[in-house]
Amino acid sequence: MKETLFEILERICENDIVKSNPDIDLFETDLMDSLGFAELLADIEDELGILIAPSEVDRSTFNTPNRILTYLETRSAS
Amino acid sequence: MSFFDNYQFFCVLILILLPSLLLGILEQPLKWYSTAATILFTALAFFSKPEQAAYLILFFIIELTVVKGYMALRVSRDRNVRVYRLALFLSILPLILSKLAGLWGESIFAFLGISYLTFRCAQIIIETYDGLITEMSVFDFTAFVLFFPSLSSGPIDRSRRFLEDLNSIRPRREYLALAGEGIFKILLGLIYKLILASVFFKGMGMVDGARTWYYVIFYAYCYGFYLFFDFAGYSLMAVGTSYLLGIRTPDNFRRPFQSIDIQEFWDRWHITLSHWFRDFLFSRFMIQSIRKKRFKNRLNAACAGFLVNMLVMGLWHGVTPSYILYGLYHGVLLAATEWYKKKSTFYKNHRQKRWYRFLSWLITLQLVIFGFYIFSGKFVWLLGLS
Repeated sequence: MKETLFEILERICENDIVKSNPDIDLFETDLMDSLGFAELLADIEDELGILIAPSEVDRSTFNTPNRILTYLETRSAS
Repeated sequence: MSFFDNYQFFCVLILILLPSLLLGILEQPLKWYSTAATILFTALAFFSKPEQAAYLILFFIIELTVVKGYMALRVSRDRNVRVYRLALFLSILPLILSKLAGLWGESIFAFLGISYLTFRCAQIIIETYDGLITEMSVFDFTAFVLFFPSLSSGPIDRSRRFLEDLNSIRPRREYLALAGEGIFKILLGLIYKLILASVFFKGMGMVDGARTWYYVIFYAYCYGFYLFFDFAGYSLMAVGTSYLLGIRTPDNFRRPFQSIDIQEFWDRWHITLSHWFRDFLFSRFMIQSIRKKRFKNRLNAACAGFLVNMLVMGLWHGVTPSYILYGLYHGVLLAATEWYKKKSTFYKNHRQKRWYRFLSWLITLQLVIFGFYIFSGKFVWLLGLS
């Protein structure tokens, strides 16, 4: 799951810093905007089969590659 | 009696908030008390307006039926798109009727707060479809939808967040910190609304009706700042009041005039409204567009998304040429900004530099003020169209 997610993030953010620094804040650094966020949710559903609603997550806590990964792991475990 | 703008209201408010302060300090649940206060304020607000009161009651019954009915159907029919769309349509139908009736000078469902109440009900339907909400008691529904501090003009809270606050009891220390912050917000809101907004309103009055260009510019700036201090002041008081009732209602403004670009502006101006549209319209439109490959690429999809999003927001403010133009104006600006940020090497090379940020801020401020000028209705007037 980790690899797939980081591939998705790298593709959307057009930057491999998401892999080297997985605690980077994607929104504060402008790596991800509203468009990128929608792409992220669409790609997570397509490639990982986890359906996340846009209002489900809070962008102040769903904001780094690692935190997104943790969230996905809890979601797929339940 | 209207909210947050007359002595009568503030006198009742103080009387109502003192016992809640006591309950909070004693670590007692505030949900019963705050909901009773909501019923009292709603009664006071609509007491002298029987027609509005009747529409509010009818609206409330319709929404409650739709929400409860849809929650039951969500279990039996699962994620059935048709049922979902029907429920969503029914939940916004009163608002649509009210806006359309306004076009013919009629009044159907014309009562204080309908626009904001509709948001709260529609999001319950949407999140039920998403599986995020599975049940909601009549009490919780009432407490959330009619919550009096934000009844008339927001901020627009989210039900899951609101109910978590409503159904929990804060430790004394935490409640006192929240209440202190709340009192500060109420006082700051008073200064914003009663003093600063009035000053700019006076400025507007000085040049109202003048068509000379520098008067027009002066009016536009005064109106922009008036709108901010009036609405942000109201919002601060609404948020502060809710803090005293143990509810951490989200903020509506975060220094909007500091924005470096229009996208940032919408992250700072009327935040709960723009985030509502972002989460419940824009993101969904985008995800669907990506799925159905409606557009050649994702950038085009985003541009279309911004246009649709802001047009609907304009229509929500009212079905008038000024509001529609205002929505389209911001839609075009957001789309242009998105395109510029993605395509321009000039932007990528200079965006961190001080002079660039200053210039970008200055241009954004002018665009924002011009947007308010459209919003005020004066632009359409200036063009001789009204």
